[in-house]
Amino acid sequence: MSELWELTAHEAQEGLRAKAFSALDLAESVLSRVDAVEPQVNAYITRTDEVAREQAREADARFAAGTATPLTGIPFAVKDLIVTKGVRTTAGSRMLGDFVPPYDSHVYEQLKRAGAVMVGKANMDEFAMGSSTEHSAYGATRNPWDTDRVPGGSSGGSAAAVAAGECLAALGSDTGGSIRQPAALCGVVGLDPTYGRVSRYGIIAFGSSLDQVGPIGRDVEDVATILDGIGSHDPRDSTSDPAPRPDMRHYLGRDIAGKKIGVPREYFVEGMEPGVRARIDEALALLESLGCEVDTDLSLPMTEHALAVYYLIAPSEASSNLARYDGVKYGLSERGGSMWENMEQTREQGFGDEVKRRIMLGVYALSAGYYNQFYLKAQKVRTLITNEFREAFTRYDALVTPTAPGIAFPRGEKLDDPYAMYLNDVYTLPSAVAGLPALSLPCGLSEGLPVGLQVIGDVGAEGTILQIGHAFEGALGQANRLAPL
Amino acid sequence: MYDRAMPISRDQVLHIGRLARLGLTEDEIDRLTTQLSDILDHFEALAAVDTDGVDPTAHPLPLQNVMRTDSVAPSLARDDALSNAPEVEDGLIRVRAVLE
Repeated sequence: MSELWELTAHEAQEGLRAKAFSALDLAESVLSRVDAVEPQVNAYITRTDEVAREQAREADARFAAGTATPLTGIPFAVKDLIVTKGVRTTAGSRMLGDFVPPYDSHVYEQLKRAGAVMVGKANMDEFAMGSSTEHSAYGATRNPWDTDRVPGGSSGGSAAAVAAGECLAALGSDTGGSIRQPAALCGVVGLDPTYGRVSRYGIIAFGSSLDQVGPIGRDVEDVATILDGIGSHDPRDSTSDPAPRPDMRHYLGRDIAGKKIGVPREYFVEGMEPGVRARIDEALALLESLGCEVDTDLSLPMTEHALAVYYLIAPSEASSNLARYDGVKYGLSERGGSMWENMEQTREQGFGDEVKRRIMLGVYALSAGYYNQFYLKAQKVRTLITNEFREAFTRYDALVTPTAPGIAFPRGEKLDDPYAMYLNDVYTLPSAVAGLPALSLPCGLSEGLPVGLQVIGDVGAEGTILQIGHAFEGALGQANRLAPL
Repeated sequence: MYDRAMPISRDQVLHIGRLARLGLTEDEIDRLTTQLSDILDHFEALAAVDTDGVDPTAHPLPLQNVMRTDSVAPSLARDDALSNAPEVEDGLIRVRAVLE
């Protein structure tokens, strides 16, 4: 081991508890790594070095007092749509360029309570709309594996920061794949929890029936530990599921022999790169060698409609959620004309192209004459997609698919073709639409770049997919793979 | 480059842009007409799915009518709540006249 920033969170915990180094040492190591690589990666919109140092000192006091938790002293990147009191929160938008929240989100409150350390606010596609982190008003994030390529998105800053050593772990958010796809493209582990598992209180809203916060880490154990740390029930979010939360780390290290794994054939279609296909086939063989019953004779015919369903429902919800940005209460405010002129000027200046496109799509799908044809139809097909998954989970413990159809693509390649960009989410959208938990973890390289394996679970079955992921990762022997930057 | 009848017309884009108060420029309206038509074209297959008797899903969680007890608790202080407002006067947000 050479540098502290190379550690996983659980390795760092061991060192901190053994007093091999202090939380301040660890924070300084990460901050100097950020100094070194940030000019190439641009993973952060706002750095919070002083917050990090102060929190690291508090963490050291907790280790001394014996009140440390498994997240105490761990340097985090926090996606910039997670509201942090007193620290600018932009959602990647010009609209919120000067927005300093007067309160904390539930998840940041939980991180603080656990004694974690915030390194900075991670870059993202504006309002989480995008799959490449190129739609950020604060410059694109680059993939630390190859800085001419995108890191995926929308949580591209969070995933790139973890892969580049600019933090040990991160929080992202997933609406249609925004944690899993960048985790796959950056070679790290990301989890989209069951809808309702993690509170949305203080999360800048995109698609309210889809948004979930989740962890990104360098291995499955870290992701499980973070979910335990942030996932408590929160009465301030009426969609926070009150069901009891089992301890995720309890599932790790357990045998997966006999687990029934379905591999839906609709995920292996035209458009998947051969290198991705090869890694996924090897992954399935590895799962079989671990004693899993892998069934490739599974069909989920509704899968093909998930993209249309998602890209009608999410923009519809977004068009309503983003109506609040009117230049009156907070955020950008263009002044000088009448009330209506100012509102239009504010929104014209404040929103980027992709956000405008999705608002337009949503307003269209919800407008008189098109509501039944588009929005209501999408909601009905959403039911069919959910039912199909529900039926499959009566026979399988988990479903395994690729996370994305390809490896990280070159910067700029899909910027002028919105639909081509949307296609990158084709494998992450179905489980999101159904509100199911899904894990992405590295399963090898293609053309020298990471490929992600997706493990989808039934409602509330995070433990099962983490168990499978942990066993797979151990067998592959590839945990904590930092980008060669 | 786009020779089929567009699923969405320029006039519709103009109308939606007004509903959304986006203050779109002429260039943006042209570009969005092509792009939205292209995207909606790809969604055509949805119409063929048989959804007779299928209930719509508005929300993936089976939770309904989540209520809290009506108890008094501290809330955001007024100055904090107004801290991001573009214009404040006497503890209130100052807005432009709605009626001229």
